[in-house]
Amino acid sequence: MPAMNMLQALNSAMDVLLDKHPETVIFGEDSGYFGGVFGATQGLQKKYGLDRVFDAPINEAAIAAMAVGMAAKGLKPIAEIQFADYIFPAIDQIISEMSRIRYRSAGQFVSPVVVRAPWGGGIRGGQTHSMSPEAFFTHVPGVKVAVPSNPYDAKGMLIAASEGDDPVIFFEPKRIYNGPFDGVPDAPLSSWAKHPKGEVPEGHYRVELGKAEIVREGEACTVVTYGTLVHVAVNAAEKAGIDAEIIDLKTLAPYDIETITASVNKTGRVVVAHEAPRTSGFGAELAAQIQEECFYALEAPVFRLTGWDTPYPHAHEWAYFPGQARFIRALQTVTEAR
Amino acid sequence: MSNGQSRFHVPAPPFRPGDTPDFSHLDLQKAGEAKRPDPLTAPREMTDLAFGLIGVLDHNHQAVGDWDPRLSPEVLREGLSHMVLTRIYDARMLKLQRQGKMSFYMKSLGEEAVAVAGAMALNFSDMVFPSYRQQGILFARGRNIVDMMCHCISNSRDNLKGRQLPVHYTWAEGNFFTISGNLGTQFPQAVGYAMGCAYKGEDTIAASWIGEGTTAAPDFHAAMTLASTYRAPVILNVVNNQWAISTWQGIARGDAATFASKGLGYGLASLRVDGNDFLAVYAATKWAADRARKGGGATYIELFTYRADAHSTSDDPARYRPKTEFEVWPLGDPIERLKNHLIGLGEWDEERHAALEEQMTALVVKSYKEAESHGTLHDGPLAPTHTIFEDVYASEDWRLRRQRQDLGV
Repeated sequence: MPAMNMLQALNSAMDVLLDKHPETVIFGEDSGYFGGVFGATQGLQKKYGLDRVFDAPINEAAIAAMAVGMAAKGLKPIAEIQFADYIFPAIDQIISEMSRIRYRSAGQFVSPVVVRAPWGGGIRGGQTHSMSPEAFFTHVPGVKVAVPSNPYDAKGMLIAASEGDDPVIFFEPKRIYNGPFDGVPDAPLSSWAKHPKGEVPEGHYRVELGKAEIVREGEACTVVTYGTLVHVAVNAAEKAGIDAEIIDLKTLAPYDIETITASVNKTGRVVVAHEAPRTSGFGAELAAQIQEECFYALEAPVFRLTGWDTPYPHAHEWAYFPGQARFIRALQTVTEAR
Repeated sequence: MSNGQSRFHVPAPPFRPGDTPDFSHLDLQKAGEAKRPDPLTAPREMTDLAFGLIGVLDHNHQAVGDWDPRLSPEVLREGLSHMVLTRIYDARMLKLQRQGKMSFYMKSLGEEAVAVAGAMALNFSDMVFPSYRQQGILFARGRNIVDMMCHCISNSRDNLKGRQLPVHYTWAEGNFFTISGNLGTQFPQAVGYAMGCAYKGEDTIAASWIGEGTTAAPDFHAAMTLASTYRAPVILNVVNNQWAISTWQGIARGDAATFASKGLGYGLASLRVDGNDFLAVYAATKWAADRARKGGGATYIELFTYRADAHSTSDDPARYRPKTEFEVWPLGDPIERLKNHLIGLGEWDEERHAALEEQMTALVVKSYKEAESHGTLHDGPLAPTHTIFEDVYASEDWRLRRQRQDLGV
């Protein structure tokens, strides 16, 4: 199997979808000829033509609405929002329309759109290129929310999302597009070629949404996280010598409660972690659900390791980002609590 | 215009309750005067159509000028019949709402030609993305009235399972998209749908309607930009009925000469049409549909009309405008105008009109009895309670399954 980075894997997923499904169309700001600001759609317009892969005007509401209209006609649009931070102009079309077309029409119309967006921090993007707005969307009935953490999943999940029947908000952790990140800012970049999930089949395969994966088995505590922080968590556990069980959630809506509860019932200690601000973040949902289901197994309070309740800072990015040092402290806190 | 000093400016309507309305200041082009260009004419060669007023029926109820669609008396009578039915249906539903039979209602009094003529000029296969005041499309497309009423009273036969407010119809079999309550969202969606038609190489087009107030919304700009950029086979209608609930049309227009002229900057074919003239609405829609089907792209149409009744059952227009505005509205009543035209042709008379009204009233009364036999919002039966958990996703996930079980359904 070839080694791919996440961008190559996403590109390969869209290549497969365009080839297999004539109703697949891809569009977004700079997504056509140029291939996207991160290059995820590079070469696809040349291969499939202007009709299939094209540039959209700088209007995220228009991009989302166009996708809703096309999906109503039976197309399978994959819309790119250039940065997750730019998704807010589209939010009425996503929340009031895309998510509810099936419901409000009692199944007469559907809206199986995939909205892709580079997401999260760690690239010195400042407050408008670093956000993790997943919790806005996990609060919306009718949309699925997915966050892959590696090339293999990115490809399989994007194919599954586009071939599914529901709208999917597909957030791509851009810090790890080119290689996994251990949460230490100045460490040299590692390559996906050295990571088992950097092995990506050329052809069609699916990684179904709604299923989490235990990426490290352990007994001392459970870490529930997604995106870039999956890699930060694994490295923190190794560095601290703490036998953590680490769950890559992959899909946030609907999330895999069974994998979480089985692990927490085993370890009795849990860290939920995300880059987004703490208050009303997705970690709040996880913590609440975990205490409902695993209350009598818990031996320590659920630890929320998150970004701060501030906008995402530029110069002090690493004071905001839950990097290796904060992760180790979180693991120590939950495992040492008596 | 300026006294050399910037001043805070908020425009106000010329008439408020207690004033005597007078629309003689409106500069309305006379019926028959607007030229009818070939449908594939470049927008910049027909900008005059955005400032004038396409009209066919003159003050003597004669059809005049290039835009006369030359419809047969049968088609004219059909249009009249749909408009009469729309008006009688609306009046009856309003009364039933007042009696507590439904939670909410919105009439289209005075605007019946907009929806009925528009729908009749399109093909049945063309997808419509209406707002909440185009129920006339459903009558023109032959929807079962009992089904419409079952939706409005949210009973066990509501095809939307009680999920939507009354009048937010959906009818996929009739190529009628699901109506949103959020204004203007359907405008760019219609463009996306139309692009899908073109992508698939079909002859089908899309049409959408919003009110003049919604031309201020971001989705209006989204739709116009998309329609122009991708030359989509779509008709974008702005129903200028002068009032957005209590807000006067001047609040959304700024210093644009007309709402139609907003289309010119986008490079779109932009028409301003007498919305109370059945023949003009029909002709303009047909022209735009031809343009779209022949690859000429989108047309943007301002339908100039007047909302003769309240916005909805939740507002009293006497609190924000003179009661007599509709009486002196210079473009009259669309039903009266088509009726008088048919009478002038010798194809209609008062007796037949009275009989038509009686027939439609009987149909509406009978239909309501049948609809009510399937339940009402107040007394049930409704769709089974467990259906609130259906159609959120294609299939139920654990969260919804558990919540449904919590509710015990």
